[in-house]
Amino acid sequence: MSEHAIDSHHGAPQSKGIVSFLARWLFTTNHKDIGTLYLWLSFIMFFVGGAMALVIRLELFQPGLQFVDPNYYNMMVTMHGLVMVFGVVMPAFVGFANWQVPLMIGAPDMALPRLNNWSFWILPFAISLLSSTMFMQGGGPNFGWTMYAPLSTKYAPPSTDFMIFSIHLLGLSSIMGAINIIATILNLRAPGMTLMKMPMFVWTWLITAFLLLAVIPVFAGAITMMLFDRNFGTSFFNAAGGGDPVLYQHIFWFFGHPEVYILILPAFGVISQVIPTFARKRLFGYHFMVYATASIAFLSFIVWAHHMFTTGLVLSASLFFMYMTMLIAVPTGVKVFNWVSTMFRGAMTFETPMLFAIAFVFLFTIGGFSGLMLAIVPADYQYQDTYFVVAHFHYVLVSGAIYALMSGVYYWFPKWSGRWYNETLGKWHFWLTVISTNITFFPMHFMGLAGMPRRIPDYALQFTDFNMIATVGAFIFGFAQLIMLYNIVASLRKPKTVDDQVWEGARGLEWTVSSPPPYHSFTKPPVANFDDMI
Amino acid sequence: MQALIKRWIISGLLLITQVANATPESRFNMPRGVTPISNAIYDLHMAIFWICVAIGVIVFSVMIYSLINHRKSLGVKPATFHESVKVEILWAIVPFFILVVMAIPATRVLIHMEDTKQADVTIKVTGYQWKWQYEYLDEGISFYSSLATPIEEIHNKAKKNEHYLLDVDHEMVVPVGKKVRLLVTANDVIHSWWVPQLGIKRDAIPGFIHESWMRISKAGVYRGQCAELCGINHGYMPIVVRAVSEKDYEAWVKKERDDITAAEALATKTFSAKELMEKGKSVYENVCAVCHQINGLGILPVYPAIKGSSVSVGKPHSRHIDIILHGRNAMPAFGAQLNDFEIAAVVTYERNAFDNNTGDVIQPSEVKARRNVKPNVNQKTAKKKPINHHHHHHAS
Repeated sequence: MSEHAIDSHHGAPQSKGIVSFLARWLFTTNHKDIGTLYLWLSFIMFFVGGAMALVIRLELFQPGLQFVDPNYYNMMVTMHGLVMVFGVVMPAFVGFANWQVPLMIGAPDMALPRLNNWSFWILPFAISLLSSTMFMQGGGPNFGWTMYAPLSTKYAPPSTDFMIFSIHLLGLSSIMGAINIIATILNLRAPGMTLMKMPMFVWTWLITAFLLLAVIPVFAGAITMMLFDRNFGTSFFNAAGGGDPVLYQHIFWFFGHPEVYILILPAFGVISQVIPTFARKRLFGYHFMVYATASIAFLSFIVWAHHMFTTGLVLSASLFFMYMTMLIAVPTGVKVFNWVSTMFRGAMTFETPMLFAIAFVFLFTIGGFSGLMLAIVPADYQYQDTYFVVAHFHYVLVSGAIYALMSGVYYWFPKWSGRWYNETLGKWHFWLTVISTNITFFPMHFMGLAGMPRRIPDYALQFTDFNMIATVGAFIFGFAQLIMLYNIVASLRKPKTVDDQVWEGARGLEWTVSSPPPYHSFTKPPVANFDDMI
Repeated sequence: MQALIKRWIISGLLLITQVANATPESRFNMPRGVTPISNAIYDLHMAIFWICVAIGVIVFSVMIYSLINHRKSLGVKPATFHESVKVEILWAIVPFFILVVMAIPATRVLIHMEDTKQADVTIKVTGYQWKWQYEYLDEGISFYSSLATPIEEIHNKAKKNEHYLLDVDHEMVVPVGKKVRLLVTANDVIHSWWVPQLGIKRDAIPGFIHESWMRISKAGVYRGQCAELCGINHGYMPIVVRAVSEKDYEAWVKKERDDITAAEALATKTFSAKELMEKGKSVYENVCAVCHQINGLGILPVYPAIKGSSVSVGKPHSRHIDIILHGRNAMPAFGAQLNDFEIAAVVTYERNAFDNNTGDVIQPSEVKARRNVKPNVNQKTAKKKPINHHHHHHAS
């Protein structure tokens, strides 16, 4: 075949008309198209999950029941968690992986493009099924996203079985995606790009994919045991039949803890790409960043019971899990110090991606501190199941994972679409977001320490002031996100004016191709000094 | 004269210690509390907090300095350093040692907390949906403790009182200075018994019992809440512990025993319809209305209506009594929590309020008789025609 034929640039296989449009997006095996599908799905679900959060915050504006009954409230709490974890953060990072991994390693596409299509298209079906449970008789799931038995087995509404089915589908999508990512990274790197010359984002996704393969099946096991206890007379989590409700917690959190690292490791990868670009300086300590990420992933398997300190663990177990949990602070600290060292004596500019990345370093670190406090078992007896925990995980998930997603979107959007986003609107979005995030979640530390439990629709009078503040912050946050929506939609209508390089300090293979990249990305393996690019 | 001066000095000292120890209900921080464990936890918490603040100040100062001075707009040229094995090892080892310093006192406190031996009083705490039961195993007394906040306050029809959502109808009383051992379990789903000022949080797990202990140093009232999502009224099952002198504790135990005897005697008494309706309304609004609602319309399809239902207006009314005694489907059994008078009253109320108007009056003796009989909760009976016409229902 002639070179000309291999290199022929063509766009997506789509002609005029609605049928052709649907066919392109339904049957695409292109990593960029599939990445776009994941990102739009997660953006839509961000507003859905966000609306649920606003229902929660609305009810919590004042003591007393004003807007919803307690069962509906519990359903909102549960669905908000499930949607944000499984419908927003995970699909969004998979969308990033799809877009960026082949481009960053110089591959034409993912290793398994048809599997890729299925990995995505399961999601809208699974999410619709999950959402539909809210409208079934008895209502939707109302036992928290952690689904502790027996509240989620014997005492749960009938729709729970549909929720279990939906989660199985979500898990299947993640497993297939993880397999694809590993196969792609291990097999399709450009010649000369050894593992220790891959971009950090690719490294974090390689490790995340292994975490997914290891723990999603465990989660599937837990929810299947739930299904059996509910419908087939088993007693896995029922003491009267010889089982143990705490067994559920062990199995769930064996999945659940690595899961939160699945949510954050790709975020670390994004930040490790953005900061060097805007500091115009290579990432400090690449090798140690890789080792630290691997250490975090390893440690994430042996800390799960820190979610269970009040369940009556034996002393030796409490001590072991306390020590291991505290230990995670070491590699995480190494990463933070390395990012700061990347910035130090660089020549920084503060475009929107960099603003989100800097805010990430500040605020994720604060979330890390509250995490360290939570690791101390005796102190945890006062923190567990209070708003102190809610503050902790929102700091690491909102100003951690979500900010990294926003940073990455602003960073790569020009490359993906060939258009510039509006920088002024980006800055407005950033400042409103970061200020409102802190207004919403910082008071929650105080609320928890002062004695407010989690997952309650109503509270004692001394918690009123901070709840009011948090609600105001939440509404500002919610409406501020519309700025980003507008920015993206409006920018997509502009003409394509972006060059290959996009950002002055950007290094990496994705910045060597056009904006947007060619339909098949790299049809010939690129030749470059990959050492210079990390 | 000397005795008087001595008394003044002692009172003065007591006053100062009271003031010094008084931690006002802080809106920002954990209470230091009134047990050795809560004190140890508070001290650990503050130590870790200050260490985190120190580390944060250092890291953020470096960042802020960099953000101000290392800008392209100032014309700086970026440096090229990008690795240093020495520095990486240093900032891994130093935090590791800081962690060890934190872990040692934490370990000590945890080991101390595990020692439940040689308790003076043992109380079995059982979490129910949505109340607590306290059984004093050595004293032979037991009672339920439910939220006492009036439902009007929750629905914003009355002003919320000072202890909104933190009031119960029957406090857990313990002696000051004695070691009180708690055996925590649950009857249905997982709950969690938490009183911040005592420094105790123990999950209540159905089918299992977990221990904790406390030695309260100061008399007073200490309030807490359930700390594990347990269903619709998770936010409405508070805990109130009253610590009193040993003498007052003994007197309280005796009174509890007497009350139990008195309640048993009520089973033989005959009450007027007015007495039963009045008591029944109070029981209904405090115990039943959380699910069946004040207006008796329930929340369909999960919580049935009382108004016009076949149970409330149909025959035999023994079915109505049995359902309350033994529970049915999602409704828990109330036979242990409510005495015969209370059940007779609430059944009378339910059968006559909400326009049900059956005219039925149930006496406690009838309820007592049903306790030992095989219950009939499921057999449907024909609806009895009410005396007055129904008004149209409001939408529920």
